[in-house]
Amino acid sequence: MAHATQPPRSLTGSARVRQRKRADSAFILWGILATALGLIVLSAVVLVLLHDGGARLNWDFLTSFPSRKPQAAGLIAALIGSLLVIITTAVIAIPLGIAAAIYLEEYAPKSALKDAVEIAVNNLAAVPSIVYGLLALGLFVYQLHLGRSIATAGLTLALLILPIIIVATREALRSTPATIREAALALGATKWQATQDHVLPAAMPGVVTGIIIGLSRAMGESAPLITIGALSFVAFLPVSLPQEPQYLQIGRYDAQQTLQNPGETVSVRVPRGGVAILPDGSERAIAPGSADLPTGSQVRTTLGLAGAAASWSPSSWLGESFSVLPIQMFNWTSRPNPAFRANAAAAGLALLAITLLLNGGAVWLRYRLRRSLRW
Amino acid sequence: MRNVSWRAKKRTREWALQQISQPMNKPARPRQDFRVRRARPLERLIEAGLQLSALMAVGITISIFWILISESIGFFQHVGFGRFLTQTRWTPLFANPSFGIAPLLCGTLLTTLVALALAGPLGFLAAVYLSEFASARAREIIKPILELLAGVPTVIYGYFALLFVTPMLQAVIPGLPGFNTLSAGLVIGVMIIPYITSLSEDAMRAVPNALRDGSLALGGTRLETALSVVAPAAASGIAGAFVLGISRAVGETMVVAIAAGQQPQLTLDPREPAATITAFIAQVALGDLPHGSIGYQSIFAAGLTLLVITLVFNLAAFWMQRRFREAY
Repeated sequence: MAHATQPPRSLTGSARVRQRKRADSAFILWGILATALGLIVLSAVVLVLLHDGGARLNWDFLTSFPSRKPQAAGLIAALIGSLLVIITTAVIAIPLGIAAAIYLEEYAPKSALKDAVEIAVNNLAAVPSIVYGLLALGLFVYQLHLGRSIATAGLTLALLILPIIIVATREALRSTPATIREAALALGATKWQATQDHVLPAAMPGVVTGIIIGLSRAMGESAPLITIGALSFVAFLPVSLPQEPQYLQIGRYDAQQTLQNPGETVSVRVPRGGVAILPDGSERAIAPGSADLPTGSQVRTTLGLAGAAASWSPSSWLGESFSVLPIQMFNWTSRPNPAFRANAAAAGLALLAITLLLNGGAVWLRYRLRRSLRW
Repeated sequence: MRNVSWRAKKRTREWALQQISQPMNKPARPRQDFRVRRARPLERLIEAGLQLSALMAVGITISIFWILISESIGFFQHVGFGRFLTQTRWTPLFANPSFGIAPLLCGTLLTTLVALALAGPLGFLAAVYLSEFASARAREIIKPILELLAGVPTVIYGYFALLFVTPMLQAVIPGLPGFNTLSAGLVIGVMIIPYITSLSEDAMRAVPNALRDGSLALGGTRLETALSVVAPAAASGIAGAFVLGISRAVGETMVVAIAAGQQPQLTLDPREPAATITAFIAQVALGDLPHGSIGYQSIFAAGLTLLVITLVFNLAAFWMQRRFREAY
């Protein structure tokens, strides 16, 4: 009979089913591989950086100024520069971003204005970062004459991360239940009181997550700062460190550096003590307090915490030129001398550590937030 | 006193008239509402401040366009759109300059295509796996890791491309130059995988379960369900994710500036060095350009081109994702 020569239907069926199920499992394998690729690359990046620059990343490297000699070069100018730029960015972007988000989420009636702001925010989030650099070059450097300074860099990065903070804050505000608002309003709170005292605190973890992610982005961003002309060779700090040596000349000097009152003795206050180099070249230790010194001598002392603190007031560093970690790394990477690559890798390790810590913190915060969310 | 009471009467009369003239189905707003508001000038001030902050976003958008257009207008007057679009060499800083944007567009297109060739399939695979196969626990662990990956500074990826990926490729492809668009494009591809995966996964997870159940009940396997039911249903969202990824790749600066070389070339061979729009801007900005010179204007013209390209892609992505949201 005809049908006897063919295998029973159920058998072909099960063979095909087996084949289709095998495709399923094969796909799962590929899916896991594709998903893991990100992790593999991340590990490869860390390993490459460790291999190239792990040995270079020591205390001397972190606390030295850049140098023409690769072995002597260090990160301190870039580290302090990054810190100051990020402080400026945070001070501008956080209040503006939160305020804009509160307006959009809590206050704005459905209007053309709100639509315009929403379109603008979405658009800004997608503008390539180097375009912000061009904006900064044209607007801050050449029209507002802020120079290639920390202020310009801070402003530029603030504009760049503003959409990130706005979007994150809006999401956090939106996930706060309406009951919180209604309860506050029902008790007679004004709209701002309700927002400030109840809605915003409830949304805080989400807001902070957005802020951290934004600042970490600003930390790693280099393209817009290249455009405004950040320097990669900054052999000074815009602020003073407590241990930095300070030199005082004793006596009155004119413009030609000639001593005006030789042979006199001057009483000098040296609060932290130091070393005096007398006119004859001999050295004398000075105990903290006052010392009588002949004119023409020089005193080497340190600033101390209080002295250094004064130089950290924003007015004294906002206008300074600067370098930041990613720019320093870019500069070392593009040097033809391969000895600088170890420096680049070490700078990359420092940068990666900071950004991964920040991002990891944000992820952890969001995870904790999701678990503790019990409205 | 008489005067005051006359005014009060007038106000009452006006109020009454207003009440009468109101349509019946629309109740008048309670007066008290206004009084509370007027009594708190601080509240008004705060609201005005918040509104001003929100308007900043519009202000920034306008200033971006304004600066890019006003600084490059001299360039277009000097060069003209015709030469800008048709010349085949881009050498604005040479003694005998050419101003054809084509080589830069070509470099950008090339790195983007290489990036997409890697990130497209892998991002899609990972998204299907995460959305349709992975357990909720696995997803909880994997998605934050993808976010970490997106947080790695791009200059580090540039270093990785130049000093690790290129030497590895050179072992496979003999004669590969130290700067090439292949390694830059591959690393950009790795960079945009998280965006594509995350957004595509969102799109597929938004597909209602009824569709999956229908397919499974008809005997489809999970893979068949994922590929022939869920993915097509989420197609516009996935396409939106791809377009956003492309827009990221087009705007990426550091990787190409470090690893792809800086010679604008009209080539579609990924083994050659080439310059992208972004790499050109970075390269020129590293030197010292006098304000208003043709070189200075040329980076704004290049920036304007870049902005227009990314804007088109972003609008396309926005439109696609909205269409996908409206589907269910």
